[in-house]
Formats: sequence, structure tokens, C-alpha cells
Amino acid sequence: METFYNVMRRQGVTRRSFLKFCSLTATSLGLSSAFVPKIAHALETKPRVPVIWLHGLECTCCTESFIRSAHPLAKDAILSMISLDYDDTIMAAAGHQAEAILEEIQQKYKGNYIVAVEGNPPLNEDGMFCFPGGEPFVEKLKRISKDAKALIAWGSCASWGCVQAAKPNPTRATPVHQVILDKPVIKVPGCPPIPEVMAAVITYMVTFDRIPELDRQGRPKMFYGQRIHDKCYRRPHFDAGQFVEHWDDEGARKGYCLYKVGCKGPTTYNACSTVRWNEGVSWPVQSGHGCLGCSEDGFWDKGSFYDRVTGIPQFGIEANADAIGLTAAGGVGAAIAAHAAVSALKSTALKKQDLKPVETTQAEDK
Amino acid sequence: MKTYGFDGDAPQLSGQRKVTSVYVYEAPLRLWHWITVLSIIVLSVTGYFIGKPLPSVPGEATFNYVMGYIRFAHFTAGYILAVGLLGRLYWAFVGNHHAREIILVPVWDKQWWKEFFFEIRWYLFLERYPKKYIGHNPVGQIAMASFLWITLFMCVTGFALYGEGTGAGSWAHSAFGWVIGAFGSSLDVHNWHRLAMWGIVLFVMVHVYAAIREDIMSKQSMISTMVSGFRMFKD
Repeated sequence: METFYNVMRRQGVTRRSFLKFCSLTATSLGLSSAFVPKIAHALETKPRVPVIWLHGLECTCCTESFIRSAHPLAKDAILSMISLDYDDTIMAAAGHQAEAILEEIQQKYKGNYIVAVEGNPPLNEDGMFCFPGGEPFVEKLKRISKDAKALIAWGSCASWGCVQAAKPNPTRATPVHQVILDKPVIKVPGCPPIPEVMAAVITYMVTFDRIPELDRQGRPKMFYGQRIHDKCYRRPHFDAGQFVEHWDDEGARKGYCLYKVGCKGPTTYNACSTVRWNEGVSWPVQSGHGCLGCSEDGFWDKGSFYDRVTGIPQFGIEANADAIGLTAAGGVGAAIAAHAAVSALKSTALKKQDLKPVETTQAEDK
Repeated sequence: MKTYGFDGDAPQLSGQRKVTSVYVYEAPLRLWHWITVLSIIVLSVTGYFIGKPLPSVPGEATFNYVMGYIRFAHFTAGYILAVGLLGRLYWAFVGNHHAREIILVPVWDKQWWKEFFFEIRWYLFLERYPKKYIGHNPVGQIAMASFLWITLFMCVTGFALYGEGTGAGSWAHSAFGWVIGAFGSSLDVHNWHRLAMWGIVLFVMVHVYAAIREDIMSKQSMISTMVSGFRMFKD
């Protein structure tokens, strides 16, 4: 069987470029330089793992992001080196020709290919809300995943549901791990995920032939192990107590912490603050806007992007902890005041009566 | 028939001698109470300002550490509250029977429910004279038990959030990291942690009011009991 290295050489990649790619991959995966020869060796000897990229209910932002990966270059990593055999959005083939490839991979590489899912299957009306190639997406997903080794859930759609699953979720858009129950699902959330993260995850999986270490929620620890807040370059301003209070104030100009204008960095697990975007040019907080928390489950249904103490969905619209708490405290305070007043009145009234009648009642008790 | 409270005068011992003062709360329990009071004050104030920070401070970030100190105070007080809670649960096993009455509430007992509704009526001014209890009355038991549950909830969610900062591999992350996933996201845990803080504020309001009021109206000591450990019956 053809190895990655064979394919790469056939594609005209020099040995030098190949080794550069290996070291870049090692770096982006957070591995030491000792891993470079291991990656090279793996790519030279292991048969290439085909990747099938499926598109469900989505906006293609994951693909848009992915093809802009700079380290490793998506063009190198996937289009020529690692075999992205089927991706109905960016592949040259179309129609029956494309579907034939899908069929072929499933038979030829049974149990050995990876299914990368972008978007999610809507389950209502037997899946009629997403209907690629004359087949409900949920059925296509189940059919292809049946013989897969593992699944990658690209983006917040496939991982959590994202905006198409926002209340009341009319199409019943459902994240992949709730539909495919018998295969490992690696979640790479984000809307979209960071291109370098996507490329690194897929490279790791096909290179080492195993799933990266996942956290409790099924995300690769190497990229989702820490919050935005933990590595944010504005963190010193947070600890100092220096915040942007309004969008046009002095703090905003000085690059203070965006916590008070609703930055979700402290509650969002992603690698934006370290990997950044567009080849490391910038990322949301650097450009002066708080993090929306787009890689978190339910970020689309959690109230304002511009508040830290956000709505609690169980209590209806615009009810947050402080609103509920202060209202309740006010109510209880008023109740206590009223109760105290009645108690005092009752007490004086009783004292007057107690001069005589009390003793009789007390005597009756005994 | 077994009753929890008693009517009228101070409790009678077998020799029909009137007892006007009973030792109720042992020293570790009283210590726990006041440590918890202090922790809760610190936790509520600092917690409020962690969610809604104070106005920005001027100057260079290097020379300021306002949020840092606030969070440090919050985490320290949180540890103290949690250790206190563990100590309190331990004391339920080794302390006197009053140390158990707010943990093991006899909700299976009809008589207890009868007295519970009697107390409700007393608080609604429908009973003229209160029953007397050496420890807690049934309504107080329920309130205190709820408080313990909320405090436990605060410790669990609190350490889950704390573990997010200390990161993978830390004890808090290993022991309580699952809480984040159980709630769905970190933001949810933050919001519920804050809501439960308001729950504790409500409890404190009612608790303090009820203690002062009972001290005056039911002719038995309340506040000094939590200092000296002795409950006085003033008639």
C-alpha cells in the first residue's frame, strides 16, 4: 500500500520540504524536536489514511477556515499529502463521479478511513431538512460512518449543534456524537475552528494512527486544555483590575481587559490566544472585541455577548443570577420587615393581655 | 409519645427540677458557625465583584493587583468554608445529638411534620405561644439543612471553577472538573454559582431575622447560645 511519503514524492514534494513539514507539525502539536524523526518515519512507512469530509447542515466556515491553514499548509497537509479523498465542497469531481469515489473508499479502506464531519444532521421530518445527493444527510452520515475508524466533528455545529440548533431548533439539528454512538468522535469546536488546529488534529490522527488525547468533553487536550483567558495577552489588566468600561473609553484605547464588556474568554476553551488567526496576525480580543465563546456548548443560547453575568435559560428571557437574586432579596427583605412589624404589634398586644389571661391558658395547658 | 419540642415552661428533668439553661452547641460547632459566617461574608462580597468588577484602577498593570487580591481572598475563604463544612460533617458523627439535627432531618416522622406545621403557624401568627426547642425547631431544621446543601453545591461548583484556573492535573480539576461538563459549559457553572450565592444571601437574611425575633418573642436565647453554647429559657 502507498505510504504518505510515496504520495508526497509523487506530488513533487522534495525531501527537504517533507522534513520541514514534519518539524512544523511537531511544533504545532506541541511536541519536542525528538518527535520530528518519529513523524517522518511514520509518514514514510505507514499506509496513508484516507479522509472523507462530509457536509451536513452547516455554513462551510470550517472549510473556509481549514483551507487557510498556514502551519502546516492545508494545501500540503491535505490536498497533496494526506489523502482527502472525498469532500463534496472542494473536490474536482462532481455528481455520480464523486459519489462513486465515496463508495470506493468505503469498500477499499473498510475500517481504516476517517470521517470528518462538518455541520450536523437535522433529525426532524426524517432528516428532510438536509438532503445532499438525494439522500437525507443523517442517513449518509450513518452509512459512511459505519465502516470508519473514527470521526472528527468539525466546528461547533458537529460538536454541539451551533446556531441551527438554537432554541427552538425547528429542524432538530443534532451534534454528531448523539447520532453516531459506536465510533470515537473527536470534537474540534469553534465557529469556525482555528485552521492550524484543524490541520494539526487531522495530521496527528493520520500520522500517529491514533486519536489525540481528549478531555472530558471529547476535545483534543492539546488545543482545548486551557481557556482563552489563561493565555490572553490582556490577562495582566484583568488581574490588575483594569477594564474596558465602554467601547470608546480610555481603557479600550489602552487595550485593557474586555471582561466587563462581556468577554467570554474566562469560560471558553480554545487556542485563539496562543495560535491566533490568519497566520498569527490577530484574534478577536487583540482586535478589541471580547470573545463570544464560539467553541463552547450552547454559546448561541446563553444570552448577551456583552455581559458576564448572562441569562439562565431555565428562567426565561433576560433573567440572570443578579436579576433573580436582587428581586428575591428585595422580596424577602420586605417580607421580613412586614413580619417584624406584625411581630412587634402582636407582642405588645399580647403583653397587655398577658397580665391576666396568659396564666389561665398556661394553667389549662398543664 | 415522643415529641421534639415542648410547651410552656422550661424543660423538666426527671426530678421535676426546672432547668433554665441547657448546653446545646459544643465548642467546635460554634467555631464552625462563626468561621462560616466570616467566610460567607468574604465570599459573597468578593464573589459579587468577581462577576461585576469594581471600576478600573488607573496606572500601570504592573503596579496593580486588584482582581488578583479579590480572587485570592475568594479562593482562600472558599477553602476555609469547604474545610469547615467537612469538619462540620465530621462533627455530626462525633458531636452530641444536636450536631446531627440539621443533617438528619426526621422527615419520615409524622410527629415531626405536625410540629413543622405548628411552627409554620407560629410564624404566621396563628399560634399564640411558641413551642420550645433545645436545638432547632423543625422549620429551622429544614432551613439549616437547605443551607448545608447550598453550601455543598457552592463548594462543588466553586472548586470546579477554581480547577479551571489551576488547570489539568491540579487536584481541583481532577476532582471537580466533571462538574463543568455536567452543566454543559463553564458559563453555566458561573451563572448557577452566582445564583446560589443569592440563595445564601436570602438564607442569611431570614436566618438573622429569625434568630433575633425568636430571641425576643419566644423567650429563649438564640444569639448568645451560638456564642456560649448554652440555651437559656427565660421563664
